[in-house]
Amino acid sequence: MSRLTNALRLASAELTRNWSRTALTSLGILIGVAAVIAMVGIGQGATASVAEDVAAMGSNLLMVEAGASRGPQSRSTARPFTAADLDRIRREVAHLSAVSPQVSASATAAYGGITYDTTVTGSDSGYLLARGWSLDAGRAFTEGEERSGAAVCLVGATVRTEVFGGSDPVGAQLRLGKTSCTVVGLLQTKGENTMGMDQDDLVLAPVGFVQRRLVGSTDISSIVISVDSEDHIDLALAGLELTLRDLRHVRSDDTVDYTIRDTREMVAHMSGITTVLTGFLSAVAGVSLLVGGIGIMNIMLVSVTERTREIGIRMSIGALEEDVMLQFLTEAMVLGAVGGAAGAVLGVALTGVGASLLDVPFVVEPAVVVGSVAFSALMGVGFGYLPARRAARLEPIDALRS
Amino acid sequence: MSLLSLRDVTRVYGLGGAQVNALDGIALDVELGAFVSLMGPSGSGKSTALNVLGCLDVPTDGSYRFRGIEVTTLDRRARARLRRAWIGFVFQGFNLLDRSSALENVELPLVYRGIAPAERRRRAREALDLVGLADRGGHLPNQLSGGQQQRVAIARALVTEPSLLLADEPTGNLDTARSHDVMQLLSRLHRERGQTIVMVTHEPEMAAYTDRIVHFRDGRVERDERVPPREVPCPA
Ligand SMILES: Nc1ncnc2c1ncn2[C@@H]1O[C@H](COP(=O)(O)OP(=O)(O)OP(=O)(O)O)[C@@H](O)[C@H]1O
Ligand SMILES: [Mg+2]
Repeated sequence: MSRLTNALRLASAELTRNWSRTALTSLGILIGVAAVIAMVGIGQGATASVAEDVAAMGSNLLMVEAGASRGPQSRSTARPFTAADLDRIRREVAHLSAVSPQVSASATAAYGGITYDTTVTGSDSGYLLARGWSLDAGRAFTEGEERSGAAVCLVGATVRTEVFGGSDPVGAQLRLGKTSCTVVGLLQTKGENTMGMDQDDLVLAPVGFVQRRLVGSTDISSIVISVDSEDHIDLALAGLELTLRDLRHVRSDDTVDYTIRDTREMVAHMSGITTVLTGFLSAVAGVSLLVGGIGIMNIMLVSVTERTREIGIRMSIGALEEDVMLQFLTEAMVLGAVGGAAGAVLGVALTGVGASLLDVPFVVEPAVVVGSVAFSALMGVGFGYLPARRAARLEPIDALRS
Repeated sequence: MSLLSLRDVTRVYGLGGAQVNALDGIALDVELGAFVSLMGPSGSGKSTALNVLGCLDVPTDGSYRFRGIEVTTLDRRARARLRRAWIGFVFQGFNLLDRSSALENVELPLVYRGIAPAERRRRAREALDLVGLADRGGHLPNQLSGGQQQRVAIARALVTEPSLLLADEPTGNLDTARSHDVMQLLSRLHRERGQTIVMVTHEPEMAAYTDRIVHFRDGRVERDERVPPREVPCPA
């Protein structure tokens, strides 16, 4: 033990004596550690933000779309759904709390001389439930309005700002292309989703209204389903598959002409992307850490050469190989640890800045911080090994002669 | 039994045509408590012999027994341990660590022997006191005169109480008065503590302090001379 304290004392004396060299040598490690911590921290923040976004989309959500899936964004074209299909799903599949149609059309919204291009989504009040959406003002559609496809609508926060400015939209008559609707309520803000799409840029109207006045057909392109509890998702999925296969006369797996997406799958997909990205950036940061380690090795080699005589003196008065080895390894370890600790501080600061710039939660795992300091110390030892061994292998007489 | 004994020791430097026989068949015995000086022209192999005696170097051929142990068959590590346990060195160039105080320099050998700090400090002060530098412990080497630095180096060599003190031209860098100071110190250590000392010197005046002078020439012992008992010489 006293050997180690002695080695630490020697190392700190040597490193403070040469403090500017110490600072420069540690700089490489500092930058590497800071980069790693910042990358991992921001990556974790991004993952947390994905989870939040998906939760905001509505939990236990299933989306059924016509057409077979061909990768995350594309589908083959296929027969759309009808209102009767939805009724059958409601009847046959257990554990569903809402089954809502979703029909979308683009339209130019106009009010008081202001026009704004937006999306009109036709659905019913089950849609609000499924997506966990509440109202900031006004009311939802009544059953009568839904059944008749009345000309009423709810506006998203973006449409409200763009079209109505500061004024209260409830009760106003909003033009949508060639038709119009009465605004009965204001949707709560959801913000951007993970893809950066503004979820508040929409007008929500009864599905019958959108089909008749804007689309001109009774087709339903997708179905939004809410499962009553997370535990029932798999059960509900199985039931849904059965009903859909029967509905759409699917006989084998390769003629499936619909796609079911569930929230968990989206979370997995999105966090997969952020994980890969985080991994990649961390690897880049790791390379700079490696470069920092090589910097330590370089300086330690120089230091051994400079101090050959000192090493010779120490050996001639009783230092064994392992004493010299320990002295230089300790020095390299302290160099690494100093750089690592400073890097951890900078890394946490960078994570904070990055998180606020990218608008993701500020996540710092203590394990990552402690781990990277420990790892830097270890790197010091690893990269210090070669120089230390070179020092320890010196022949005392040769060393003294230098 | 001799403290150390060299038999047919050769030490060859270099390879092929550029070979130098720094030691060319040396036989030498030194008894415990002896005070010996090695003399001879430059390049005659004195330092090489001293390095072999100190286990800093190994003979190319021949036998070296130290306290009955055959050193030539030991590995590097065992030699280092032997050196650490029994031998103290003093060099012509003092070889003090110039960023450490005199006291710290003297303490250092004890650090490597795992002695506790308080004990270390006490023994280092004692050793400094022995060489008459009790009041200079806090000085850095460059704040001391050459003679004082050499005395610090001697204190450092003695602090471990070695069986054998080796000194390679300990007065080589000192003026005559300082040289006599150092020789008187060595002579006193020999007389009062029975310290075994083998030293190299060029100066007959300094060799005269010792009991025995071994003359080297071309890597061989040319003459082994007993110095007759004498009065303690006085500084010039
Ligand atoms: N490391 C070495 N490599 C090659 N030759 C060496 C080495 N060390 C010593 N020699 C040679 O060995 C011979 C003896 O050298 P040594 O240093 O023992 O002489 P010395 O008697 O101590 O001389 P000096 O009085 O000048 O110190 C010399 O010829 C020297 O050139
Ligand atoms: Mg010499």
